[in-house]
Amino acid sequence: MVGTLAAQLLQMLLVLALAPGVTGLVRKLKARLQRRIGPPVLQPYRDLRRLLGKEVVLAESTSWLFRAAPYLIFATTWVSAALVPTFQAGLLFSWTGDLIAIVALLGAARFLQALAALDAGTSFGGIGASREMMIASLAEPAMIMVVFTVALVAGSTLLSTIAEFMVNTGGLRVSLGMALIALVIVALAENARIPVDNPATHLELTMVHEAMVLEYSGRHLAMIEMAGSLRLLLYLSLIACIFAPFGLLTHAAGLLAHAGALAAYLLKMVIGCVLLATLETTIAKMRVFRVPDFLGIALMLGLLATLLLFVAGHM
Amino acid sequence: MIIGILLCVVALLALAMAATALVRGKLATPVVYSGCLLLSLVLATLAAVSVVAAPTTTILPIGLPWVGARFRLDALAAAFLAIINIGAAGASAFGIGYGRHETTPGRVLPFFPAFLAAMNLVVLAADAYSFLFAWELMSLTSWALVMSTQRSPGTARAGFVYLLMASLGTFALLLGFGLLSGGGGFYTFDAMRTHPLPPGLAALALFLVLIGAGSKAGLVPLHIWLPLAHPAAPSHVSALMSGVMTKVAIYAFIRITFDLLGPMVWWWSAPVLILGGCTAAMGVLHALMETDLKRVLAYSTIENVGIIFVALGLAMAFKASGLAGAAALALTAALFHAMNHMLFKGVLFYGAGTVIVATGERSLERLGGLIKRMPVSSAAVLVGSMAISALPPFNGFASEWLIFQSILVSPQLPQMGLKLLVPAIGVLLALAAALAAACFVRAFGTTYLGRPRSAAAEGAVEADRWSIGAMVVFAALCLAAGIFPTIVIDWLQPVSRLLVGGAMPAQGGGNWLSIVPVSASRSSYNGFLVFAFVVASAGIVATAVHRFASRAVRRAPAWDCGYPGAGPVAQYSATSLSQPLRRVFGSVVFASREQVEMPPPGDMRPARLQRILRDPVWDLGYAPVARSVNAAATVLNRLQFLTIRRYLGLVFLTLVLLLVALALWE
Repeated sequence: MVGTLAAQLLQMLLVLALAPGVTGLVRKLKARLQRRIGPPVLQPYRDLRRLLGKEVVLAESTSWLFRAAPYLIFATTWVSAALVPTFQAGLLFSWTGDLIAIVALLGAARFLQALAALDAGTSFGGIGASREMMIASLAEPAMIMVVFTVALVAGSTLLSTIAEFMVNTGGLRVSLGMALIALVIVALAENARIPVDNPATHLELTMVHEAMVLEYSGRHLAMIEMAGSLRLLLYLSLIACIFAPFGLLTHAAGLLAHAGALAAYLLKMVIGCVLLATLETTIAKMRVFRVPDFLGIALMLGLLATLLLFVAGHM
Repeated sequence: MIIGILLCVVALLALAMAATALVRGKLATPVVYSGCLLLSLVLATLAAVSVVAAPTTTILPIGLPWVGARFRLDALAAAFLAIINIGAAGASAFGIGYGRHETTPGRVLPFFPAFLAAMNLVVLAADAYSFLFAWELMSLTSWALVMSTQRSPGTARAGFVYLLMASLGTFALLLGFGLLSGGGGFYTFDAMRTHPLPPGLAALALFLVLIGAGSKAGLVPLHIWLPLAHPAAPSHVSALMSGVMTKVAIYAFIRITFDLLGPMVWWWSAPVLILGGCTAAMGVLHALMETDLKRVLAYSTIENVGIIFVALGLAMAFKASGLAGAAALALTAALFHAMNHMLFKGVLFYGAGTVIVATGERSLERLGGLIKRMPVSSAAVLVGSMAISALPPFNGFASEWLIFQSILVSPQLPQMGLKLLVPAIGVLLALAAALAAACFVRAFGTTYLGRPRSAAAEGAVEADRWSIGAMVVFAALCLAAGIFPTIVIDWLQPVSRLLVGGAMPAQGGGNWLSIVPVSASRSSYNGFLVFAFVVASAGIVATAVHRFASRAVRRAPAWDCGYPGAGPVAQYSATSLSQPLRRVFGSVVFASREQVEMPPPGDMRPARLQRILRDPVWDLGYAPVARSVNAAATVLNRLQFLTIRRYLGLVFLTLVLLLVALALWE
């Protein structure tokens, strides 16, 4: 009991500590791939410290919602990130929410983010909110289909059980392959990465996520940046624990085993960053109205995978 | 128990009579609404406790002479009575404050208690005659309530369409009961249960019930009256019609298909699933295209009815295949969502009512910035919006989560057709949930956030205490049902035992307060812990940041990428917020087009951008019927201007033809 509680707390703090590092690593790798030197990997931590120390400049037209939203967005993202197994499955509170709840918690964060974008009453907030909800309206069903596929294979929607199943009896399946492609597409869209959105852009008319946070500053911006990093880490961990569960602990074990599992997790995250940076460097951003087609592919793949499993009569 | 409930219903009818006399007095509004509030609370309490009680029947010597009026209180009726009366209590409490702004209270007050009584009677009725009588009373009183705003533009048309569709629905139900009575005059529900129909006739009866109950619930393609009639009524009546009357229609569907129709056949679930899925998706897409606040809410009601019908369709499929546990899961999900929809749609329509009172505006394009002028009601509406968008930790998520779980157990179904259908329905449901979030970002964002788009929105003031009270209580119930869903699920157990002969596992065991649909290793969701974790981590982080980092705040004009001084017109409007979705979905579903009207140089007219949407259901389903009725009327018009001789000749000719027909028949 104490051991699992400690592991749970450790995991919550681990994702918090690791998240800016992942963002920094992806930025550094992208810069190197583009033959730039790039900011140091630890730059996001410094940015966060600087932002936290600064005063907040609030737009006059904003309400309490604008001030409360960053903390709620951060909290919902953190809670959902804590529900994804990183180095150990079956933690103390792993039954609190399943994959559907994780998707919905991220949806709640997005809902608040879009509302906060509308709160200042500026045109850029509106453009961001409207495009974000368009993207989400296709990405979320695709994600639900991925959840269905994985849940039908593993016989559970609980991530811990899914991870245990994948460690013990997992194998190659056509439907899982489709689900992986769909999940990667959804992850790119949800994290505002190329080709859906460009996290580095400040060209007003092309941005989606950055347009929504335009009015934020100081500690509020720090919270939102942190939530963004957590979301990226969450999706990387999610893909790792479902499709590459190597080294994941499924039961309480000794300290050495924990250290090994942690090392395996960190290695997987680094590999994930490398793959993401490579992908982002090699493809171009899409026009905003090409995005529905791109996400439609994910939706159809997810549906196809689910249909295959329904016909095969799992569960 | 049933006697007490019937007495309350009689008291409601008496209140309706008294209201006609009281109407001139100053106290009429508070007296009638507080009477309704009290009676509804008593009824809700009685109903909530009698879910677990054994069924009781009572026969009154009115109605058909050889049947009498039968009323029966079983678990299903009790559950729906509770849903109806909680909604009624909320609407009555809201009405105490809102009714003061009514211009013509005399048109509302007598019908309001009668409407409540009629909805209660539909659920209690246990024979075809009293059921249809109560059903018609419900239709007519709600029609009268819609027509109370007859001076507003569009109400006359709304009332006309509603009357037509209500007649169609009742007619279908009448024929359906005709089939169910089996030619032997089995007009009581007990007799119908003991004399099941042969499968072919039963399917026909199901089809008729789908038309009858479906048209009242707002099932696509029978929904066209709903977005006209619901918004036309005063807001608390809109909340009743959307949140409660659609549930009465769903009750009628459940009662007949699960209880009276005899053994379930698997393919019956297919049309229900397809109609439900299409209704959910079409409803929310319509809501996204609409710019009238109350019509947005009415279309979202259609969406939620679709979601409930999907869950009912799954329950039918499971029941037909003998999977009692899965059927109980889907049925519980449907009932839970019906209750949740009553709660959050109540908050949202009350919110619309306070907005209308405060600004006199219903168009999203002329609202904005109300969160600063109406802080409490906007917070309640925010809770309602998050709940209807199926976001945790609110109740909408808990019930949609159960529906997703019942989709996940449907590979057990042996029929290949259903195996192919259910995943597609799952996509429609997920799409509807995601689009609902977009829809309510848009509705809440343009109404309450940003800067006011009109002088009326700028001068708004917070609503009165009763209105706010009703909204806050319902918002709190949305949260409570979301974090303690197990209480509701356990409360609904007797209903699924009655209808599908199975129940979900008792939720008390296992991990504390978690919902466990099938078994703890398969899936669980704990709304309370999710809520506690989110609140705790947000609180801790906010405190830590304010304590150790910085708490300085400076107010300044919005930065807006360095474009200063853009007026409120430069904000995104409701139409522009939904433009990407209109382009993605609207071009397919509504054949949406944008037309740019650019005057030539030197012309002083402003340039215009027009959006053109077509409703496929109206164009393909109703417009041809309306056209042919019109054409027939034009042709038959000639008959109106004949001489008396010709009329007599026609009468004689008809008589002869009938006699000839009779002779040939013999």
